[in-house]
Amino acid sequence: MENKTTRNLYTIPYVIWVAFFVIAPILLVLYYSFQDLEGNFSLTNYRNFFTPIYLEMTLSSFWYAFLITLITLLFAYPIAYLLTKLKHKQLWLLLIIVPSWINLLLKAYAFLGIFGTYGMANKFLETIGIGSKQLLFTDFSFVFVSVYIFIPFMILPIFNALDKLNPTYLDAANDLGASRWTTFRRIVFPLTIDGVKAGCQITFIPALSLFMLTRLIAGSQVITLGTAIEQQFLVTQNWGMGSTIAVFLIIFMFIIMFATGTKRRRARG
Amino acid sequence: MKQLIRLAVVIIAVSAILLVTISRLNASQGYSGGNTLTVYNWGDYVDPAVIDEFEKETGITVVYETFDSNEAMMTKIQQGGTSYDVAVPSEYTIEKMKEEDLLLPIDHSKIPNLKNIDSRFMDLPFDPENKYSVPYFWGTVGIVYNTKQIDGIEFDSWEDLWDPSLKNKIVLIDGAREIVGMGLNSLHYSLNDTDPEHLQEAYDKLVSLKPNVRALLGDENKLLMASGEVSIGITWSGDASEIMAENEDLDYVVPEEGSNLWFDNMVIPKTAKNIDAAHEFINFMLDPKVAAQNTEYVSYSTPNKEALQYMPEEMVNDERFYPPPELTDRLEVYENLGKENLARYNELFLKFKME
Repeated sequence: MENKTTRNLYTIPYVIWVAFFVIAPILLVLYYSFQDLEGNFSLTNYRNFFTPIYLEMTLSSFWYAFLITLITLLFAYPIAYLLTKLKHKQLWLLLIIVPSWINLLLKAYAFLGIFGTYGMANKFLETIGIGSKQLLFTDFSFVFVSVYIFIPFMILPIFNALDKLNPTYLDAANDLGASRWTTFRRIVFPLTIDGVKAGCQITFIPALSLFMLTRLIAGSQVITLGTAIEQQFLVTQNWGMGSTIAVFLIIFMFIIMFATGTKRRRARG
Repeated sequence: MKQLIRLAVVIIAVSAILLVTISRLNASQGYSGGNTLTVYNWGDYVDPAVIDEFEKETGITVVYETFDSNEAMMTKIQQGGTSYDVAVPSEYTIEKMKEEDLLLPIDHSKIPNLKNIDSRFMDLPFDPENKYSVPYFWGTVGIVYNTKQIDGIEFDSWEDLWDPSLKNKIVLIDGAREIVGMGLNSLHYSLNDTDPEHLQEAYDKLVSLKPNVRALLGDENKLLMASGEVSIGITWSGDASEIMAENEDLDYVVPEEGSNLWFDNMVIPKTAKNIDAAHEFINFMLDPKVAAQNTEYVSYSTPNKEALQYMPEEMVNDERFYPPPELTDRLEVYENLGKENLARYNELFLKFKME
């Protein structure tokens, strides 16, 4: 019996946390989303969301989040693979993780200088003969900086998955005459797919609601759902509309989590 | 288990030491309670030396907190739990705060220095007879441009921004009222216009400006203009004078079609705890010498007529920042348009940004 009471005791912090910081805020957001500007109950906000302007914004958010996730993955997978082959892999991994401890805004401000007309990036382009380009406030720089920010978060789960991979499988594949590409396609990738999914989740979902970067790096010319929520709350003070966008963002997140969620493994035979 | 307990003891001990140190430090800086006054102001919007002087003269301890938008400030006061004694909102926010009953009336008998304020800036429509507010700084919205990088365009008119040679050169303020207002002004409409047709026209006009727009930014633009990275910016006069002090190639113009005239004002929020000290503070800030010193630091335009004589002449005679009444008459003050119209402004602005 005592076992049960201690277990109940342990659940208290969890229940309190979930109730106050997960369920209550979601309920509040839902409640506000049904209020119009005058504070009456209405569905106007939901109707508004299905007008071209918000749909377009949702689509462009998804497009950028997709692009960012894809490029991040293309860089992160080979890096993670390389890391598992190195001698002091934990040290090398740490070197990649450490910059992610620095606040995102500080890094964004640093990029203002690096990408500027007289910044280092342009000096480099000039030296190699391409000539200076406008880098700041373009789609390119937005995607670049976002990828830079998300790469460590993508590497970590993939690294863990690759590191856990049993090397005898690779030897077996090799012995049975599989080419390296076949081994990767049929053995390595399927066995690390959970890491890839976790990495994509951790990149795609925050990328949907990035908002300070859209102003600092993209010069407000890229509008994500996160930017729109910020505007509705702080500028228009239309909490209803802001909450409605947030409701849709939450729905999208659940769909993505569901789609990329790890299915329970079948018992190994 | 033993290890766990040891760890817990260490953490508690370290926390206790930190707590004691912090309270010691605070005490040595004078945050000891007693007669304190909490001022809630925009960032970098007062000369810290002036605050020190006030503390020395009155023995009141000032706690200074900052905000970066009218809306954020109002939300915080509205939600309560704060005890700001003096806040500095802009004029259209004062209208809103009055509506929401968030302000205390100001006792003019406790503020003899009110006589120093230029009558041009008293008794304005947003607060008749200055019942709730006292002007702090004022200014305009206009165009800052780099005279070295832009040749042959003087920006006397908003229309100049549409010049095809300015492709990808302009940085706008990330603010719906300012930018939609600019669109309306360029069509010779009022920047408080709410006629949907006029707004649509202004929107179309703004969209045609988009090829020339490089970005929409907030305070970051000050940095980029000062360094020469950006050659044209739409901004507030105070920010303009600040960056012009850093980069001599910059110049500031208020286009002739008209623009925004704005006022930041000291008010006493309903949540105030130390109302007497609040009056004392407002009166102190209106003292000509104090106002002059503060203005030199902040570099916005002061409404204090008596302060002008204590300020450097080139500052006072600069018509870009102290425009004559003929010009200010052409400018408009933002009116509170109501939530519905503000939402429409914002939607247009959002659409403009996505174009």
